[in-house]
Amino acid sequence: MSGPSRDKQAGLLLDEPLIFERNRPGQMGVDVAEVEADGLLPAELERAELEGMPEVSEPEVVRHFLRLSQWNLSAATTFYPLGSCTMKYNPIANEAAARMPGFAGLHPMTPDGLAQGALELMAELQDMLAEISGMDAVSLQPAAGAQGELAGMKMIRAYHEDRGDPRRRVLIPASAHGTNPASAALCGYEVAQLDGNAQGVVEPDAVRRAMSSEVAALMITNPNTLGIFEREIAQVAEIVHQQGGLVYLDGANLNALMGVAKPGHIGADVLHFNLHKTFSTPHGGGGPGAGPVGVRQVLADYLPNPRIVRRDDAWAWSSDAPKSIGRVRSFFGNFGMFVRAYAFIKALGGDGLTRATQMAVLNANYVRARLQDTYHLAVPGLCMHECVLTDRNLEGTGIKTLDVAKRLLDYGFYAPTIYFPLVVSGALMIEPTESESLETLDEFIAAMEAIAVEAAEDPDAIHAAPVRTPVGRLDEAKAARKPVLRWRADDSAGG
Amino acid sequence: MEFPDDLKYSREHEWVLVEGDIATIGISAFAEDQLGDVVFVELPAPGDTVSKDDAMGVVESVKAVSDVYAPISGKVTEVNDDLPDNTELVNDDPYGDGWMVKVEISDPAELDDLMDSEEYQRFVAEADG
Repeated sequence: MSGPSRDKQAGLLLDEPLIFERNRPGQMGVDVAEVEADGLLPAELERAELEGMPEVSEPEVVRHFLRLSQWNLSAATTFYPLGSCTMKYNPIANEAAARMPGFAGLHPMTPDGLAQGALELMAELQDMLAEISGMDAVSLQPAAGAQGELAGMKMIRAYHEDRGDPRRRVLIPASAHGTNPASAALCGYEVAQLDGNAQGVVEPDAVRRAMSSEVAALMITNPNTLGIFEREIAQVAEIVHQQGGLVYLDGANLNALMGVAKPGHIGADVLHFNLHKTFSTPHGGGGPGAGPVGVRQVLADYLPNPRIVRRDDAWAWSSDAPKSIGRVRSFFGNFGMFVRAYAFIKALGGDGLTRATQMAVLNANYVRARLQDTYHLAVPGLCMHECVLTDRNLEGTGIKTLDVAKRLLDYGFYAPTIYFPLVVSGALMIEPTESESLETLDEFIAAMEAIAVEAAEDPDAIHAAPVRTPVGRLDEAKAARKPVLRWRADDSAGG
Repeated sequence: MEFPDDLKYSREHEWVLVEGDIATIGISAFAEDQLGDVVFVELPAPGDTVSKDDAMGVVESVKAVSDVYAPISGKVTEVNDDLPDNTELVNDDPYGDGWMVKVEISDPAELDDLMDSEEYQRFVAEADG
């Protein structure tokens, strides 16, 4: 492979080689004094030279990594409609709050007496999450959504075993969040899949048929991953409860219910929250997750230890709950995320949270209504916070979902989630969130419409996409089949 | 898209070639097309017993991971050892070099549940809607 061409190093479209390829012997950043290693290490561990370490000046190192960082797309650089992942904007005010020295510098081993403010913030956040979800008690401890799920399923298991009625099966609809079967299996349960009806919604009759005294729980995502509200949730929950089962609600899509409907009031016994989705804390590589878990009274004894309690007029940690499933994490969640979520909830207030939910649903339905004739809509009718389109209307052009996603990058948008949910062929899953303005949505819609026109008139242009990115279309199959995971000195020597 | 007449097909998109009491199994051109470029294949080991409609292997593409279901029950006599390192064979030649396993058929009556080429093409047309 040849080095970067001059034209791509000009202007703002900056190509950037690997740092190893910037190696120019003799260049260096900081002048470091030589250290005599004699005797510090066993002789066999000493080496005279670090093979392949690049020699680069300090300004070049800074430019290298800054340029790489500028290649990132994020909710802070562009519209980022990644369905199911909910990439809503992270307000700057949250960051300011989380970086206050009293919060940012707090050590997790700080004695309770010196951490009263932090404990109070966590206790209040737990109460606010309980209020929003209609649950009776909340623990902030799980580190992220998947761990919240695991904690929830462990509580369900502890509950059944405690009653001398261990059960072995968990029912999961095909349209549930993808991590659910893994969490159930990790808890030792056998997973039975429930197929939805033609609209992808779980029907009471299907639950009735699958339900038995062997079923520990139903895990349901509501709205489901098709972005459709499970209308029969109350009746479905009743059927499960009648046979002694519990209902786990995956809170991944709570941002479509927040301030409007409370899962605890429509049959859920336990749910997890994704603070990094619904409550605007950073996401993915931007920050650790946070997956608090909430329960109805029936499961409250089993919540993780330690818990935050009020003792002698002060906040304190307590591990006095004997039926608790114990710790699920060495320290109590990811504290910085609690500060951000707390700031978000307090800034919006109850009415503001309701309005955020309404805007998220309105935005998704606006995109759906504008694009449903150009692209095929997976499930007809209203959606909640996300809509699922497919590439069916492009049939015959040779353009598929993957091509549309690549071309969107050229139009300056991050691509939506593609090929998920698995129950939809060629899915394009679009979640605008409440953060976006009408103007942004119109620009995105115009790009999607332009791509549909290109598909019909000039499909080759789309096959070549993306062309306005530092790196063009990658060979994804080759990358997966024959991955090159590290740079080796020999590779560049040989070209 | 081809669906050879001498094969039988399952609702999970596997094909079966019956030769005496041995069935050769792979995934159909429709399945391979829906998956896209296959990048990983996991197969059972010779000697394993597979049961009709149970997962016996895994195919992963750049888009998704799917189970491969046994279209019939029996004992695995041979697997396509070339496949794991040359997964593109599933896409390039699904009915030939992309075959997956050979199974000694334990219950020939199970073959009656499978579709012939014409039935399968109708099934696919409906699934693709």
